[in-house]
Amino acid sequence: MTGRIDEEVRVTSDTTPEASVPEVETPSATRPADVAGDMRGVQTLSMAKAITAGLRDAMRADEKVLLMGEDIGPLGGVFRVTEGLSAEFGEKRVLDTPLAESAIVGTAIGLAMRGYRPVCEIQFDGFIFPAFDQITTQLARQTLRHEGRVTMPIVIRVPYGGHIGSIEHHQESPEAYFAHTPGLRVVSPSNPHDAYWMIREAIESRDPVLFFEPKSRYWPKGPVDLDHAGLPLHASRVVRQGADITVVGHGAMVSTLLQAADVAAEEGTSIEVVDLRSLSPIDYGPLLESVHRTGRLVVAQEAYGNVSVGSEIAATVAERAFYSLEAPVLRVSGFDTPFPPASLETEYLPSPDRVLEAVDRALAY
Amino acid sequence: MAARERDFTVPTVQLLTPEGVLRPSPEAEPYLPLVEALDDATLQRFYRDMTVSRRLDVAGANLQRQGQLALWVPSSGQEAAQVGSAHAARPQDHLFPSYREHIVGMIRGLDPVRILALLRGITQGGWNPEENGNFHLYTLVLASQTLHATGYAMGLQFDGATATGDPETDAAVLVYYGDGASSQGDANEALVFASSYETPQVFFIQNNQWAISVPVSRQSRSPLSLRGGGFGMPGVRIDGNDVLASYAVTRQSLEEARAGQGPSLIEALTYRMGAHTTADDPTKYRTDDEVAYWAERDPIARYRTWLESRGASAAFFDDVDQEASDVAADVRRRALELTGPVRASIFEHVYSEPHPLMAEQHAWLDEFENSFDGDAA
Repeated sequence: MTGRIDEEVRVTSDTTPEASVPEVETPSATRPADVAGDMRGVQTLSMAKAITAGLRDAMRADEKVLLMGEDIGPLGGVFRVTEGLSAEFGEKRVLDTPLAESAIVGTAIGLAMRGYRPVCEIQFDGFIFPAFDQITTQLARQTLRHEGRVTMPIVIRVPYGGHIGSIEHHQESPEAYFAHTPGLRVVSPSNPHDAYWMIREAIESRDPVLFFEPKSRYWPKGPVDLDHAGLPLHASRVVRQGADITVVGHGAMVSTLLQAADVAAEEGTSIEVVDLRSLSPIDYGPLLESVHRTGRLVVAQEAYGNVSVGSEIAATVAERAFYSLEAPVLRVSGFDTPFPPASLETEYLPSPDRVLEAVDRALAY
Repeated sequence: MAARERDFTVPTVQLLTPEGVLRPSPEAEPYLPLVEALDDATLQRFYRDMTVSRRLDVAGANLQRQGQLALWVPSSGQEAAQVGSAHAARPQDHLFPSYREHIVGMIRGLDPVRILALLRGITQGGWNPEENGNFHLYTLVLASQTLHATGYAMGLQFDGATATGDPETDAAVLVYYGDGASSQGDANEALVFASSYETPQVFFIQNNQWAISVPVSRQSRSPLSLRGGGFGMPGVRIDGNDVLASYAVTRQSLEEARAGQGPSLIEALTYRMGAHTTADDPTKYRTDDEVAYWAERDPIARYRTWLESRGASAAFFDDVDQEASDVAADVRRRALELTGPVRASIFEHVYSEPHPLMAEQHAWLDEFENSFDGDAA
């Protein structure tokens, strides 16, 4: 494998390539008009607007659903995901809260005790940590403490991940902290269709769900079938079939894996791509079935590799598919350093080239 | 240049002097009618509850020393703050405790054995708030419950369950925390949210002077009651060893909350006469003189003196002592009968909906345990 193909692939694989690296605080003017009305059937939407539609439909379906977060009212959130919702549902259901993440989650717990289904927005991945205590010591354990008498139907939406050229604390992938915590569910869609349905299913869940939204996939458009979900919330899925090796990832990494598979196909290597979709619990069925066929697995993620979701997948697949494996499970991750200044992010983040390097190593066994 | 003024002295609401004389401080005068409206039975109930609480403290500490509890959390010295405020709440109110408010729970109808189950390592929760006077679960991560209480109060507001003008149905939230917890970010964020949303809520700080071994002067250079004003709500400092002040000020604050006038904060000055928990040794960090100072301000002794001055009989006090002993003995007996939870409960209720790891690990543990011949659980 020679040469760098990231930029080339990026511009050929996105519907709206110029929007794939948006200005964070001032979204692209080419952003689609507000999703309004009673759309049904198959629509072409960005992931951001698919989530908007999902939130709107959930709020229409259940008056106990309310949104909480910073700047989510008239502004519509810094990514405009809640755009138009405060106008439709009012400030009693779209709460522009004071600027305090722990309190957003802590008061959501009290509201859930009262029968509400709060959907909290954490503005950026790196700002979830002030709420870490409430999420891990309180939210995750309320149902257990109450011996099942109290449920915690709370969704915490977290825009996450790199590729947006932003400053410190705005490009991180903290999902492993939450996947590690019993009592939480953790999911991440990779495309607009899944985003619409997964946010709806997350809101319907009686358990707390951490909903990680890959920022770099907010604006590329894709088809959304508003009438048919297709898969349950925690199901993983083969998104590209292949014969030689399996690669698995979640969120924005799925696009990188598909790009890598395109390039590998030209060189005669057939890669099967699995979209994890859910990080807790992990649906190992399709993944193991795939590994049984291909005999090789590369796990890819933007997050730090050390003690990560990828580590857990590698260990579990080694345990459960040992006799099918022709090579050790290899991992491609962000480096175990703080996310670097954005001018270095292309070196830091796993690229199709980095994935293909691991693919080559696995195939060499 | 002279230093700026650093005197933050605030008045303290006190109705009953340490000597047991009803002589309201100037700040307490407006609250006197609330006390005068109390009938003898209620006044006697205050004494009974404080006495039961203190007696239960002895039983709890003994059980721990005998290896029957992992821990006991004493409340000796804080009875007036707890009993007065608890009786100020109406049935429809919701109370969010920290973990030292045993008598508050009992006043709301909670069987104290449920608390001992928590301390005996049998449960992580223990009771259903809905069936126990809306007395919510203990929360061990300090000040976490202040946010839950505020969220709950927001919910009452959104539901229209408060501020309708009917004091018999309008609900409010009373949340307890301490001088140590007042330093936590959550406690301060709760005040921000409560003030911002004008929640029907009373923040009740028991300032018992010590956060384990650290004095309140390390938590705050000014009275904690001043925290109210800084966040945009009334803050009142009361003599927390005066059960009448505790009752009256909490009553007034809750009535204002349920009438839609927003949240308020009460700092109850009191003293933890015993250890923080049975794992603590207060002789290492505080003086005998200090303990003696507070012993002279004992909440039960002064209240007894006052009841006697009103004509309460020796027989009444004997009856209360006997009842307190009976309650403690009954709690002790039933605590010792508590048996551990079943193994399956490890995996139950971690999630409300099925979860593959729970199912797999539960099945594995059963198989593992059952693999020991003749030793199956």
